[in-house]
Amino acid sequence: MSGTHAHTVAYVRESMLPEQAPPATEVGIIGWGKANLFSGWFNSIVTILSLAAIYLILAAILPWIFSPTWNATSLNECREILAGLGREGEHGVSGACWGVIRDRWLQLMFGFYPPYPITPDVNIGEAPVGSGVWPAYFRPILTFVLLIVALAPVLFEHPPRKLLYFTAIYPFLMPWLLWGGTIWSPLSVLAGFVIAFLVFRFVSTSYSSLLGIILAVVAALVWWMVLSGYVVDALDSILPVGIASVDSRSFGGFMLSITIGVVAIGCSLPIGIVLALGRQSDLLIVKALCVGFIEFIRGVPLITLLFVASVLLNIFLPPGTNFDIILRVIIMVTLFASAYMAEVIRGGLAALPKGQYEAADALGLDYWKSQQLVIMPQALKISIPGIVSTFIGVFKDTTLVSIIGLLDPLGLSNAIRADAAWNGIVWEIYGFIALLFFVFCFSMSRYSMYLERRLQTDHR
Amino acid sequence: MKKSVLLGALTVAGLAAGAAAAATVDDVKARGKLNCGVTTGLVGFAAPDANGNWDGFDVGVCRAVAAAVLGDPMAVEFVPTTGKTRFTALASGEIDMLARNTTWTFSRDVDLKFTFVGVNYYDGQGFMVPKELGVSSAKDLDGATVCIQTGTTTELNLADFFRANGISYEPVPIETNAEAQQQYLAGACDVYTTDASGLAATRATFENPADHVLLPEIISKEPLGPLVRHGDDEWADIVRWTLNALITAEELGVSSANVGEMSMEAGSNPEINRLLGTEGNLGEMLGLSADWAKNAIAAVGNYGELFEKNIGENTPIGLSRGLNAQWTEGGLIYSPPFR
Amino acid sequence: MTTITDPQRETFRLGMLIYDTRYRSMTIQVVALIAFLILIGWLISNTAQNLADLGKEPSFRFLWEPAGYDINQRLLDYNSQDTHLRAAVLGLLNTLLVAVMGCITATILGVIIGVLRLSPNWLVGRLMTVYVEMFRNVPVLLWIVFIMAITIETLPQPRDFRGEDAAATMKVFDSVAITNRGLYIPEPLFSRGLGDVEVAGNRFEISLDLILLLVVFGASLYASAQVKHRADRIQEQTGVRPKTFWKRSAIVVLPTVFTLAILGFHLGYPALKGFNFQGGIYMRNSLIALWLALSLYTAAFIAEIVRAGIMAISKGQTEAASALGLRPKRVMSLVILPQALRVIIPPLISNYLNLTKNSSLAIAVGYMDLTGTLMGITLNQTGRELETVLMGMLVYLIISLSISAVMNWYNNRVKLVER
Repeated sequence: MSGTHAHTVAYVRESMLPEQAPPATEVGIIGWGKANLFSGWFNSIVTILSLAAIYLILAAILPWIFSPTWNATSLNECREILAGLGREGEHGVSGACWGVIRDRWLQLMFGFYPPYPITPDVNIGEAPVGSGVWPAYFRPILTFVLLIVALAPVLFEHPPRKLLYFTAIYPFLMPWLLWGGTIWSPLSVLAGFVIAFLVFRFVSTSYSSLLGIILAVVAALVWWMVLSGYVVDALDSILPVGIASVDSRSFGGFMLSITIGVVAIGCSLPIGIVLALGRQSDLLIVKALCVGFIEFIRGVPLITLLFVASVLLNIFLPPGTNFDIILRVIIMVTLFASAYMAEVIRGGLAALPKGQYEAADALGLDYWKSQQLVIMPQALKISIPGIVSTFIGVFKDTTLVSIIGLLDPLGLSNAIRADAAWNGIVWEIYGFIALLFFVFCFSMSRYSMYLERRLQTDHR
Repeated sequence: MKKSVLLGALTVAGLAAGAAAAATVDDVKARGKLNCGVTTGLVGFAAPDANGNWDGFDVGVCRAVAAAVLGDPMAVEFVPTTGKTRFTALASGEIDMLARNTTWTFSRDVDLKFTFVGVNYYDGQGFMVPKELGVSSAKDLDGATVCIQTGTTTELNLADFFRANGISYEPVPIETNAEAQQQYLAGACDVYTTDASGLAATRATFENPADHVLLPEIISKEPLGPLVRHGDDEWADIVRWTLNALITAEELGVSSANVGEMSMEAGSNPEINRLLGTEGNLGEMLGLSADWAKNAIAAVGNYGELFEKNIGENTPIGLSRGLNAQWTEGGLIYSPPFR
Repeated sequence: MTTITDPQRETFRLGMLIYDTRYRSMTIQVVALIAFLILIGWLISNTAQNLADLGKEPSFRFLWEPAGYDINQRLLDYNSQDTHLRAAVLGLLNTLLVAVMGCITATILGVIIGVLRLSPNWLVGRLMTVYVEMFRNVPVLLWIVFIMAITIETLPQPRDFRGEDAAATMKVFDSVAITNRGLYIPEPLFSRGLGDVEVAGNRFEISLDLILLLVVFGASLYASAQVKHRADRIQEQTGVRPKTFWKRSAIVVLPTVFTLAILGFHLGYPALKGFNFQGGIYMRNSLIALWLALSLYTAAFIAEIVRAGIMAISKGQTEAASALGLRPKRVMSLVILPQALRVIIPPLISNYLNLTKNSSLAIAVGYMDLTGTLMGITLNQTGRELETVLMGMLVYLIISLSISAVMNWYNNRVKLVER
């Protein structure tokens, strides 16, 4: 065709024109801005108003943040430094006093946890001679690094399978690393689970699984309540292996928040599973008890549960028992978290297609087997994002312990402000605490969103 | 699946807890540590420093008791308590003694069942106002907004005072001293009321202390002192006489500087000898070692030293002795004799 | 004719309690119930033993003793000689006040922010994202103390309003005073008011003016609804809808305005007298900080819910509704909203619940809610931990259960409309 045109019609173009760049107002920053910021008079006004708001906020905050007071050792010194720079406003000097963060940031992170507790008799604040191998606060830091390792099966897509064993051991390792003491205590707790498992295996193969579960629980309780104390004492006197024990009262700052959050979530997971199963069960009384518990816990504010921990729990327990306050708080936060956890897991159970239940039944699995092999692995997997957001919620709620006098970051801020050198500090500490919480929670929530997407594609 | 370790931890803790019915002093000795309740932070009276070491006037009393009982002033576990948790903590046995500027009142002694072992600071509730308000008496405060720390006797005294004088006010209840100070300085309240010692301590940390005045009215008696549970008289005696030992030491001129030397051998003053254990068996009567008082005084100094070091005129808080001078110098600090 | 033969009746053996599924569920339940009762009994016996050791007896007599302390923000009359019970009731009212105010503003803010997050304007969308993430990821307690600190530190004190050359002035035609102690706004006053009536032995006062206004307003709303009904009927019969807008507006507004005029309605303005402003309605900054913090915090969550709700409705729904000939307004009210609400309401309920429960953090800023009075100062002054804390928990439980009951009822109604 083109050949004929070439002879007959002179003005037909034979080759395509090269593509021209679009007009400058449609591409690049200008085009993008036109499409996204100034796409109409209303949008333009909104954009300009937003820019003005951002400018006003930044103009108020930035000069305050950039304040060369990092090395000050007291608020008065900060004031002198700032006055020396001529930064005096109508309400005294203006500018942050960052010295307080430099002075107290370790305390805000770790509370009064001794930095160098290694062997049972070394438990001091200063670096012991020849301890160069152990950095300060290595125990809490190691604990939380190991936490990430233990969570690897959940966090990453293809973790080595052997890591699962570490995940199983971690719940026993963590309290030992943090609280210290003899190695035999966590081992004896672990032994309780082993005993329970063995009893369950033995009884359930020869009798029934329900009886197995009941006997296993009884055996474990007997071991923990009665026997383990003697065994631990005996083993400890034969072979004393351990690290310096640290009282929970030395816990503070973010370490306390994370400890309460992690322990409470870890403990609430099994309780939450039981409650969720109970809530779904056909057994009327079991269901009523579970619903009653969940609705009660969800119906009262956490602060009242913390009041129970601080003033009532000792009254409820047998005369003479006396847990320290942090343990009591952990108990109540665990109960609190398990009610929410139960709802999350119930959601996971409800999201499973009914066919899964029927398939498990069709395979002839009994209730516990089908839960263990078919239902729970899938339901828990679906629930992971919910579990993470429950954790974020609990982690944020740990700030409430400051109201009952524990020294979490917010509680420490009061203690720091009671120090004569820093009396009168407000924004710097709040800002620092808020920033750390934000970093923790934001990264966790982003990760949970990523997980959600990943699990969705896996699942469908 | 992750299993809980809590139950195990609980049983271990439960076993370790032992019976609270045993005498407190035996518990403390067995534990090797004294659990002492203090405030969550009040300048001069109790506050932790950057290393987590507690320091202050009330803290000194705890350390003295630890030194007397255990021989080690550092063997104290400080339990920060709020106005709400302090009595429960003591009643439940979580702490062995409470040294948290607590006012000795009838109902606390009789109804709440605590034993106040003495008074380590005679205080009274006062008012602080900015000078520019031009107020010279608390009776001029009609319609004022008053910051008060909650969980104390302060709010009841305040209500009584204003009702008795027939004037109105607006209370602003606040949990901690630091926040109260912030609100007062920002003008969110006209007046700040708490114990006069606390007012002085707070004013001392202001940028311009001279801009604020303490009003002349002291509207209540606030004898502050350490307390223990009802029903364990041996333990109450130990705490009571440790406090008295510090007071007597000042009266007799025994200080942390000379206590070592004075306790080497019996001197000429028989009461000093009895106090320091070079004569008689007072320590044995308490169930403690003979040098119990010596340890306490060596650890924290006598009452006067403790006062001067933490809240006295040379500290930023700058309290004068006033009512808290020795009875020989016109004050109320008076210890029964060591005999 | 068939004969039904009973299956051979097995004789009951003890083992069947465990092996036979018919009995097993019974066994489990009985065991669970017994275990639960034992647990409760154990707790109660421990408590009794411990209280006996402490020499305390559970008793609620303290509730009728004079409280001795004052409450600054209150909805009822109160002085320090009133009982602890009355103080607790005031606290409860304060809790409800901040919860209701918080729920309303949080919903409004949350809807606006949720919609703006979907805005085509990039900057606005990002700003709203920053807002949501900032508020969601920092503990609400921190926000409460932070906002409290902002109100205290940045707003002018009453002193600043004094003098010729005052550092601060009143806003909105000199009728509103914003101070770092709180907000003063004009109050409604009646020069020919009917007074108050005292009920329950002068424990509570009920304003007759308020009742009259409510009755009048309610009656006009009812009348307006009747007009609408009639219009609906006419539309059904004739297909033409009579214009009722002006008529209905008049019915709603005029009687109330008329009543106000009869009662001699005027505004009472706050004025600086002595140390503080006097007159007007006074909202303490603790209330404002708590209210703002709870609203802003919860709004961030509600925004996410609203966004998810809107995004959950597929575009096809709008197009289908338009294809049916519905006008845009009707598309929204008949098609989109019912479906979006179905997604939005359940999480919204739990956020209202959370807000109500979080209001107990009032204690951090000294707002005298239920935690501040009953579980705060009353607990401190009487030393009755068991009674006060249990009472407080019970009250919160009742509030929470009522909210979920009401909201579930509403949720069910929305569901029915949809199906």
